[in-house]
Amino acid sequence: MDYKYKKEYGCLILKMPAELDHHAAEFLKEEADGLILRYPVRSLVFDFADTSFMDSSGIGVIIGRCKNVRFGGGYVKAVHLNEQIRRVFQISGLRKIMEVE
Amino acid sequence: MESLKNEMKMEFLAASSNEGFARVAVGAFVAGLNPTVDELADIKTAVSEAVTNCIIHGYEQKEGHIWIQCSIEGNKVEISVMDVGKGIADIAQARAPMFTTKPELERSGMGFAFMEAFMDTVDVVSEPRKGTCVTMRKTIGEG
Ligand SMILES: Nc1ncnc2c1ncn2[C@@H]1O[C@H](COP(=O)(O)OP(=O)(O)O)[C@@H](O)[C@H]1O
Ligand SMILES: [Mg+2]
Repeated sequence: MDYKYKKEYGCLILKMPAELDHHAAEFLKEEADGLILRYPVRSLVFDFADTSFMDSSGIGVIIGRCKNVRFGGGYVKAVHLNEQIRRVFQISGLRKIMEVE
Repeated sequence: MESLKNEMKMEFLAASSNEGFARVAVGAFVAGLNPTVDELADIKTAVSEAVTNCIIHGYEQKEGHIWIQCSIEGNKVEISVMDVGKGIADIAQARAPMFTTKPELERSGMGFAFMEAFMDTVDVVSEPRKGTCVTMRKTIGEG
């Protein structure tokens, strides 16, 4: 099933873009913040199933959204990471601040 | 095997839509060396970081041009990414992990750390109001 975001059981699942660089980050930030405001959920999931590439611009977006959700006591995780994105999570230390599946 | 030598240069507008174009173009150029999937991803990520820095920091999202020069010799790749924008006053500070001059844009300050992690060497030449040139090298096929 195709979706850009899904809301299930108090959880908001955000589908990440095909390539998460600075270009895509600008748009994603706005969209994600709009959704987080609209659905005050308890947990936020970043779904990388359709994402083949991410650089350090993606880190800023993820950390920023984490802050916005955790401010309300929420829980964050990232799923479906490919090898390149896994390494970006590892080197940046993102792995230590959120659950990765 | 014959010894491989190749070169290319490109110039493009400092627009965020060109970030993908730049890393894919360099990726295609180095593909002749038969890099592994990981090595290719390393190079693309490093190029993406350097180009993004020209756009966000060098030109502060205003108009400008970016130059990439890339050469292959044997199994060694050298990539230079250059802008003639703002320049960097303190290069050592700029290279420190998590240092950013644009926290308001949610920059992570990890760009140089990524270039260093993914490439063998990273050299930065920069002068305030003149511009910045980042040269990165990597040997392919050494694991
Ligand atoms: N091409 C450039 N021109 C001017 N300043 C730069 C350039 N590249 C990097 N910098 C400076 O170095 C700092 C660190 O860069 P980087 O590690 O990529 O982190 P970030 O891009 O997240 O700020 C930037 O915040 C900026 O001040
Ligand atoms: Mg950067």
